Amino acid sequence: MSAAIRAEGHTVRIPVDIRGEAGWVHAATSVDFTACRGRVHAVVGESGCGKTTLATAILGMLPAGTRAGGHLEYVDPNGRATALTGEGRAAAARTAGLRGRQIGYVPQSAATYLTPVRRVGAQLRETLRELRGQATAEELLDRVHLDPAALEAFPHELSGGMLQRAALAFALAGDPDVLVADEPISGLDPHLAQLTLGLLRSIADSGTAVVLITHDLQALALSGTADELSVMYAGRIIETGPAVRILTAPAERYTADLLAALPANGLHPMPGLPPELTNLPPDYTYADRLRAAAELEADHVR
Amino acid sequence: MSGELSAVKVGFSYGGAEVLRNVSLSIGAGSQVGLAGPSGSGKTTLARVLAGLIPPSAGHVACNGAPVRRGDGSIAMLFQSPRRSCSPRMTLRAVIAEGIAGVRGPRRRREIDAGVRQFAARVQLTGDLLDRYPHEVSDGQLQRACLARALAARPDYLICDEATAMLDAATTAAVVRIISGEVAARSLGVLALSHDRELLEAWCGAIKHLP
Repeated sequence: MSAAIRAEGHTVRIPVDIRGEAGWVHAATSVDFTACRGRVHAVVGESGCGKTTLATAILGMLPAGTRAGGHLEYVDPNGRATALTGEGRAAAARTAGLRGRQIGYVPQSAATYLTPVRRVGAQLRETLRELRGQATAEELLDRVHLDPAALEAFPHELSGGMLQRAALAFALAGDPDVLVADEPISGLDPHLAQLTLGLLRSIADSGTAVVLITHDLQALALSGTADELSVMYAGRIIETGPAVRILTAPAERYTADLLAALPANGLHPMPGLPPELTNLPPDYTYADRLRAAAELEADHVR
Repeated sequence: MSGELSAVKVGFSYGGAEVLRNVSLSIGAGSQVGLAGPSGSGKTTLARVLAGLIPPSAGHVACNGAPVRRGDGSIAMLFQSPRRSCSPRMTLRAVIAEGIAGVRGPRRRREIDAGVRQFAARVQLTGDLLDRYPHEVSDGQLQRACLARALAARPDYLICDEATAMLDAATTAAVVRIISGEVAARSLGVLALSHDRELLEAWCGAIKHLP
């Protein structure tokens, strides 16, 4: 079990401008994270807690002007590490060389990533040529349980679930060592969600390191897809460990509250709202949110 | 019969494609009904027929004993995508104000402002978020604004069409809690449509199915 993605003290600050006021989005703070070959490492948390920024950083696609601290690197099977963050042309060339080939990506809205005016097959074959993939388009569709007829279809002729699986086929075209899937089951029917998670599991079983970003704890708990689980809150990983342990016996109050909000556990709303990551106080934790929610509650009673 | 929103033997076809056949369903005031069915089973079509947005090709729909009329303000809807149901050029404050003024609300600036504050608080949207535009807030925050807009119109019935499908579990639970609060407080009738049976079981008293 070798590490393919390794983060230590990974910190990201993204500049923003809201109505002429400059600020920094605290998208990641002191993140330690490891994704190993043959394993599915799920990253969960509420919307807006920094999950997608972690995916973006692994792909080397953080916006210009971003300040990154600590380490985030890709480690090839021979143990050679390549930094995934950093500014300038050299860094951009470094990560561009990895994208698609060593690090594959399944985007959140698969449909919007395909050109609407060209057939799926033409686009998939172009991707294979570009990445010098060894598989054929038919083999890739077979791996994601799509009928070869989909090659002749235009994107709008496929359903959301089929497009999601097509996106998986595109991500596999370069036979990547790492696969980052950002909310791949969002908006899918439960059985389609389970099918997609099963595919990610089999991709990991074939030796790929899978990073699965999702807010759908329910599907995750049902499927048993994940080996490791990291819980993100306000740009930090607050709990990490074996998925089964965290889903059944979370150590952190935040994780417990997140699980209690699931329909299966009674839909208990979490107190308060997640924080804005813009200009977040450095020592902010979930306890601050609980305190603010309790004060608001007391005001209402008064 | 009054005090319910009902579809009686409703049928609907898009061109030659029949989507609904002989569907009957009623939602009583103060009750929450869940309607489950997979993608493509006609949930959204039924929602639109019940809301009076499209006329059924067979059968009829009635709201509190009278025929449903498009835009009379007694039925509000909450959609799956808050982004597609808000103008990108309106602040959240303006989105909620639309609901306050609505078809039967106040017209005076001061009353509208007071209403916005009241309903923003009900959906837990705090002050500075109200002056942002949709692209400056999250899906969850924007759906809260859409919920405030829907509730602010003081509808008798609220139809939620996959209204939580894009939201995380925490926001879903919050939205359900707020809606259930309205049901208890002022006898709002709710129809929740979703492909997620487990969600509907936790949310609604009764669950029906579309084949």
